Amino acid sequence: MEKTSSTIETSSEDSPLLEVRQVCKRYPGVLALDGVNLQLYHNELLAVIGENGAGKSTLMKILAGIQQPDEGDILLNNNSIELDSVQAAQKAGIALIHQELNLAGNLSIAANIFLGREFQTLGFMHLRSMEKEADKLLKRVGLNLSPRTLVDSLSVGQQQLVEIAKALAVNAHILIMDEPTSSLSQHETEKLFQVISELKASGVSIIYISHRLGEVYALADRVTVLRDGKSVGDLAKKEIDHDTMVRKMVGRDISQFYDRTPHPTGEVVLEARGIVTPSHPTQKLNLTLRSGEIVGLAGLVGAGRTELLRVLTGVDQPMSGSLSVHQKEVQFRHPRHSIDQGIMLVPEDRKDAGLVLAMNIRENLSLPGLRIHRIAKSLINWKVEKDTSTTMIDRLRIKTPAATQLAQFLSGGNQQKIVLGKWLALGPRILLLDEPTRGIDIGAKEEIYQLMDQLAKDGVAILFASSEMEEVIGMSDRVLVMHEGRLAGELPKEQLTEEKIMQLATGVKSSSST
Amino acid sequence: MKKVLGIFILLVVVMAFTASMQPQFMSAYNLQNVLKWTSLYGILGIGVAFVIITGGIDLSIGSVVGLSGAILPLMLTSYGWSIPAAIGLSLVISLAIGLLHGVLVTQLGLQSFVVTLCGLLVYRGVARWITGDATQGFGSEYDDLRWLATGKVALPGIEGFQFPVPFFILLAIALLAAFFLNLTIYGRYLLALGRNEQAARYSGIPTHWMILLAYVISALTAGLGGILFALEINSVQPSSQGNFYELYAIAAAVLGGCSLRGGEGSILGVILGTAILIVLKNAIIFLSIPSSLEFAIIGLVIILGVITDEIVKRWATYRRTVKQAKLLKS
Repeated sequence: MEKTSSTIETSSEDSPLLEVRQVCKRYPGVLALDGVNLQLYHNELLAVIGENGAGKSTLMKILAGIQQPDEGDILLNNNSIELDSVQAAQKAGIALIHQELNLAGNLSIAANIFLGREFQTLGFMHLRSMEKEADKLLKRVGLNLSPRTLVDSLSVGQQQLVEIAKALAVNAHILIMDEPTSSLSQHETEKLFQVISELKASGVSIIYISHRLGEVYALADRVTVLRDGKSVGDLAKKEIDHDTMVRKMVGRDISQFYDRTPHPTGEVVLEARGIVTPSHPTQKLNLTLRSGEIVGLAGLVGAGRTELLRVLTGVDQPMSGSLSVHQKEVQFRHPRHSIDQGIMLVPEDRKDAGLVLAMNIRENLSLPGLRIHRIAKSLINWKVEKDTSTTMIDRLRIKTPAATQLAQFLSGGNQQKIVLGKWLALGPRILLLDEPTRGIDIGAKEEIYQLMDQLAKDGVAILFASSEMEEVIGMSDRVLVMHEGRLAGELPKEQLTEEKIMQLATGVKSSSST
Repeated sequence: MKKVLGIFILLVVVMAFTASMQPQFMSAYNLQNVLKWTSLYGILGIGVAFVIITGGIDLSIGSVVGLSGAILPLMLTSYGWSIPAAIGLSLVISLAIGLLHGVLVTQLGLQSFVVTLCGLLVYRGVARWITGDATQGFGSEYDDLRWLATGKVALPGIEGFQFPVPFFILLAIALLAAFFLNLTIYGRYLLALGRNEQAARYSGIPTHWMILLAYVISALTAGLGGILFALEINSVQPSSQGNFYELYAIAAAVLGGCSLRGGEGSILGVILGTAILIVLKNAIIFLSIPSSLEFAIIGLVIILGVITDEIVKRWATYRRTVKQAKLLKS
């Protein structure tokens, strides 16, 4: 549809190289894509942006042949194509660079590049010629390494370049990059951008997914915005600016979306002094949290945010340092110790750590509270369990036909509400949220923001880690930024900008305040 | 519950078929026999079900049956211990074995398959060594004690059928196990951690203690089962007593609806699963099928049961997806 309206003067040819028409994709309980349209032209870098859960990842998986659309067409050079497998996508010249890299660390660079397509005669590999070929590809992506190097010894940024080389090895001319900079340092990011512009010059078209609007502004020739599984806007180069992108992504004015009620903050409820996490044994962390405040925890993937939250709730043990809750020193050797102090964690991965997917909503909601309401030291209190689930389903507006529905059949947003409900039922004093809105729809997101605001107003202290800049800036009273395991700085509400956060997060500049 | 019903129907079908071919199968004497062996094996199955629910496995059961079954007569006849002391020793050793398994699995993070496979070898060796590989038995003494395994009790109001004593032992254990699994918070903990140990831990559940407990339960029921098997047989060969019993117990648990992935299982299902295995063994004799085919037939029935279960599950998932797609469209 509307092919005429999208004739933008970006490429030498008028018709798009790749076109997505009215693609729909359903998962149990959720419509992930709802009639998405997208055009990619020759030699262009198209940025696809959208909030968590807008459908970006699903769309990319479809283009890479990992998943198949329920409806809609995909056209390559105006010919309809069937991307029913990764091989089919490869044949069409499309390659996806995953956010989580998919390399075999115990093999060499060359072995990884040619994995599954080894040059061979009767099963015997031609190592020399593969290495020679790999060497050429590495030069193209600007990696000055021997093809025999083990992948495990490479940095994340280098591994990403190997992934790109691997895509080039199958003659990919459409490269999809999913959040490529989410775990890269400033230096590595710059290097990647350089490689990207060289690839473009050599005739590769790129679909670039990112949360970082600053990057999009710098790189993109055009922007397609997704919201709630629909494409809601196409921005030409000259239309790309921060505010327009945010408005399109969120669908309204941001001040309404991240609505905070002003209220005074209370006393210090949590204090960590010299905490050392097992993942970054050389860094000491100090932080305080006051009742009624919402503190954002920003940083790159791997900066140590999750590890910090895990130590604060007794999931992991700190190597050293001390914790006090309400001025009383505490030690958490197990999550139940922190729960007893009113400190509760909504973990990053709700399917792995937040929920028992094969249990129903009621059983999930009651799980941490069972021992508190038990009868005669051991029996399940069925009445409390039932009442809790009724209250929470109602309060959090969990959409389900019954409390006995298995958690696995709910949408991401409703699943996340169950994880929150587990803790709300126990009355948390300190709530730690790790990427609380990842992979959930925009409606549920807004409800979670409202809930955070309400809880803070009621005096709960909230510390939330997030990679989504808009959310961190919109919701936080102040932001702590982590870089390579240390707290690189703190920004008060008035100073919150994407640039300032990124500077601290990528280690460009370190603020002295903590 | 649907699963249990399915197993029950399978049991009835096998019994009805055998009875129609050989009416003697339904004689009181034979049914008492079937019930006795179902009870003895069922005790083992209930124990291993707890470990399977945590997502683990216990391969050492047969050897624990052999060890505890050898220790009891050895202590009574060769060392002249009193009955309570000898039974106590058998159970304490079983308990220690369970603790050891649990500690190795939870604290060292070893795989239960490896730990209990090594256990299977070690306990068998120990049983043979302490007895000098000599057959153990109670001779013609200890009839009162042997009554626990061989005795029969007539219930008032039921004519012509006597209940084997092990049936009542099974009943007590089953009630206790079902109560624990379904009504206590600890049973819920086991089901939750069997499906997602990490999520259970994040919810404040002491997952390590619960897993440890499961291995102790499995080893203890194996120890108790070992005592009863020894009392029943009265001639314990340390090198073979209990061989393969772990496989019967695991097969019964799986047939009874336990998933080896963990988190699923019902006590009634395990008992019905055991009953199917015993009835099949019995039917093979009654139908004059060559006994060399025994294992093959049992294996086939189990795999058919599991296949049916999987097909039913997939069908249910498929129907649910279709239903949801319709809901989303409208």
